[in-house]
Amino acid sequence: MEQIPILKIGDCLLVSIQVDMHDRLAMALQDDLTAKIVASRARGVMIDISALEVVDSFIGRMLNNIAAMSRVLDAVTVVVGMQPAVAITLVELGLALTGVRTALNVDKGLALIRRLIEGGEDEFDRRKG
Amino acid sequence: MIVEKDETMPVRNAEDVVRVRREVRTHAIGAGFNLVDQTKIVTAASEIARNTVDYGGGGMLRLETVRLGARRGVRLTFTDRGPGIADLKLALSDGYSSGSGLGLGLSGAKRLSNEFDVKSTPGEGTIVTLARWK
Repeated sequence: MEQIPILKIGDCLLVSIQVDMHDRLAMALQDDLTAKIVASRARGVMIDISALEVVDSFIGRMLNNIAAMSRVLDAVTVVVGMQPAVAITLVELGLALTGVRTALNVDKGLALIRRLIEGGEDEFDRRKG
Repeated sequence: MIVEKDETMPVRNAEDVVRVRREVRTHAIGAGFNLVDQTKIVTAASEIARNTVDYGGGGMLRLETVRLGARRGVRLTFTDRGPGIADLKLALSDGYSSGSGLGLGLSGAKRLSNEFDVKSTPGEGTIVTLARWK
């Protein structure tokens, strides 16, 4: 059975998407990740999409959903490694990913997660505002 | 216009949508597209292919690499025999969705294409043609 692995590092979950996902696989990842946030009491989720050559509206919606669900479950989500061509295309597609925090790479993503966990939602609100 | 490469492939399920992305990428690379232009047409194709599966009940894709003078392009024609689109203007507007999506499929794919055309007859099906030029 196809599955995207979810690694636990301390209080964070790390997902690195290395394959071109079909829609059911993307939905399965969304469900797996939500269950694992609860089971592992994770505070942060990092999703590495540096290997993804295409992010269409379905994958974009999945990223949005994961960020929203993790927020409800008291965890923060950071998406890292988006390729420039993917970013350009996403904006033109009309998908702003407004609910998703991003970082350039895994190092910066981990640092952002630490800041967000320690600063709490106030930190997020301040950054947003 | 000269057609340099002409292929057809089925678009019946989620796995086919992944194959569509791969084949469109191959055509775009063959036509000499840069990475951003490849990504745009592959993303547009992914949106329309998903519509073909989810709303059209599956269909076919015709992929063509075409040349017009010195310009090369990729032209995609998605055909299904599904229920069709009753209100095309509404379906092409941002944020409208008859399903559970974000409603960016048609409108987003149109923005990512240089040429875009939808022909739909309720009860008979839908033909979406899009093209991007180098």
